[in-house]
Amino acid sequence: MSSLFRNYKFIFYSILTFILLLLPILFSSSFVLTLFCKMGVLIIFSVAYNMLLGQTGLLSFGHAIYFGLAGYASMHFLSGINNNFLPSLPLPFLPFIGAFVGLILGVSIGYLSTKRVGTAFAMISLGFCELITALTLIFVVFFNGEDGIQADRVTGNDFLGITYGPQQEVYYLILFWCIFAVSIMYLLTKTPFGRMCNAVRDNQQRAEFIGYDVRKIRWMAFSLSAMFAGAAGSLHAINYEHIGFESVSLVQSGMVLFMAYIGGIGSFLGPIIGAISLTYLDTMLSDVTEAWVLYYGIIFVLVIAFAPQGIAGLILMHEPVVRNKPSLLKKLIFPYLIFGLSILILVIGFTTIIELIHSLKSNHSNLTIYWIKISNSNFLVWLTSIILAILGLFLCRKSYFRTKEVWNDVIENIKMSLVK
Amino acid sequence: MSVEVLLFIIFNGLLYGMFLFMLSSGLTLIFGMMGILNFAHASFFMIGAYLGYQISLYSSFWIAILLAPLLVGYIGAMVEKYGLRNVHKYGHIAELLFTFGLFYIIEEIVQMIWGKTPVAYKVPELLNFPLIQVSGMAYPAYSMFRLVLSVLIFIAIYRILAKTKTGLIIKASLTNPDMVAALGHNVPRVFSNVFGFGCGLAGLAGVMAGNVIGTEPSMALLLGPIVFVVVVTGGLGSIKGALVASIIIGLMQTAAVSLEFNLNNIFQYLGYNIDINSTLNYFTNITISQLSPIVPYLLLIIILIARPRGLFGKRDV
Repeated sequence: MSSLFRNYKFIFYSILTFILLLLPILFSSSFVLTLFCKMGVLIIFSVAYNMLLGQTGLLSFGHAIYFGLAGYASMHFLSGINNNFLPSLPLPFLPFIGAFVGLILGVSIGYLSTKRVGTAFAMISLGFCELITALTLIFVVFFNGEDGIQADRVTGNDFLGITYGPQQEVYYLILFWCIFAVSIMYLLTKTPFGRMCNAVRDNQQRAEFIGYDVRKIRWMAFSLSAMFAGAAGSLHAINYEHIGFESVSLVQSGMVLFMAYIGGIGSFLGPIIGAISLTYLDTMLSDVTEAWVLYYGIIFVLVIAFAPQGIAGLILMHEPVVRNKPSLLKKLIFPYLIFGLSILILVIGFTTIIELIHSLKSNHSNLTIYWIKISNSNFLVWLTSIILAILGLFLCRKSYFRTKEVWNDVIENIKMSLVK
Repeated sequence: MSVEVLLFIIFNGLLYGMFLFMLSSGLTLIFGMMGILNFAHASFFMIGAYLGYQISLYSSFWIAILLAPLLVGYIGAMVEKYGLRNVHKYGHIAELLFTFGLFYIIEEIVQMIWGKTPVAYKVPELLNFPLIQVSGMAYPAYSMFRLVLSVLIFIAIYRILAKTKTGLIIKASLTNPDMVAALGHNVPRVFSNVFGFGCGLAGLAGVMAGNVIGTEPSMALLLGPIVFVVVVTGGLGSIKGALVASIIIGLMQTAAVSLEFNLNNIFQYLGYNIDINSTLNYFTNITISQLSPIVPYLLLIIILIARPRGLFGKRDV
């Protein structure tokens, strides 16, 4: 049974890799390719971040330091190659430079900050983040102030005849690194070290009692996480051929935190889901609405309050049902449908109100939302959206409890069947 | 350094320090009592500034300074009651993350209502004149007013905590919430009120400082981390600590800003001269005033690593 399962897994990942390899042929537009590249970079970054937050239980507000500074180092290295100042290094190996920079920084900053845990650790990381951001603006010679630095990724010394001029070739580079880095990070979770990280997170005293130096484990996890973040930062710089001080700042750190948390820090797949979905929404919605960050924040707060295990946690919640009594899933479909519809009504009403308020600032009185043209001077439009929002809120509350009841029934049912 | 410059540094340092105290004393209580590191504390400060602007637009500054802090305090209490209390069961990290999300939401809502550009929040006419002039340097009356008011507020908080029964309950809830609850006090409500009170203080700081430092949506991001520095340096739940830490940081920042001194000066004193065109010069010509933004964060890191209980705290962060 288990070998069969493993076979399925192998086939699944092979097909997935195959699809990922074919993507540039299926979508030839440069917009989509750039989006995929961005996703790949952020997947590495958020999985690396979750090594710290989800697996070791350390909340960091300063992980962009390693991402950004590795990006700066890579850009300097690249322009060094272009000026024949440094020995030529094929572009695919440049992320190793970024990883090395990340590791050095992680080891040194981690040495200081892993002395503390919890809130104190979070605040130290915040202090480092603000410190480094301020330094990037002070040391103009290395960071070039608010403009940031850029370098040409086409170095002229082609490795296997690939120039990395076109976006497509960069996509394959990022894809390779994404698979490579994520697999290593996955394998790391299976090692005794990975298990000890979880032990330190769950019960520090017991881990200490067994005879482990918990601080050393935190320090190692911190350094490795910084190393992978460095590789991601290097790829980010290669992708845009530019890096600016905002990549080091709290904004970038906050973004990776959102991605990991909304995706779900409890499972390995969570940050990947978070990175893909939030990058997609970010790219798609930032053109449509000005209030995107507001929605971002609200989603984040709702996830913390109602689904602390994130999207991945919501999906994995159903695993025992699927494993034991898949037929019970049918019972859940109807409440889920109702709940989903209530959420949809709430979202439509709420977003319409927000967009209407936003449109008051601009000169145009007409706006298009959900493919419908409406006018913000029309009283009826306001009334409808407010009614929709209130109705949605009411329905959400009702159906939330109803869904919860059905869910509890299902779980109870499974428990009883297992006892027999 | 002349006496005037020194006087100027001391005055401005005290002013900035007392402003920091107003901003962070609320968080000291909240953090000490509930363990919630409210990331959005500076956002409540920003709401205070904007409400102060809006109310003074319709009526006067004097009504705004009374009304806006109350409103901000009410908003804060509601946030605690309907938001934070639900997250409490997931632990302090979840609470911290909740307020981190709140920080983004408040910034966006403020931008939605008042726009991205600074609003014209002016110093009240009544106090818009230089009060004292010492050898060419003017000390505005409004700054004096702020200084006096914040000192009065420190005394008031200190008296409330030390002398009244409310203060006694608050202090007891700081150290021993379970025991206080067992004695029949509604601890969640005490938490809610303290949270609202802390946010109201931040709001008051906003009303008083918004017209001096500029009321704009990025003010919360600029001041947010400094609040943490004060709270950590002063020690958990210690009002006295918050005051001392605020004044130290205020004086340090103001002094650092006015020091146009760099490594080149030292080398020159020792008899070396650094070539202006050399790469080394890029590093040695950075003055202390340029480095002043990093001073508080350096302090934060050092305190947390070396002495996590701060100056007057009774337990570690």
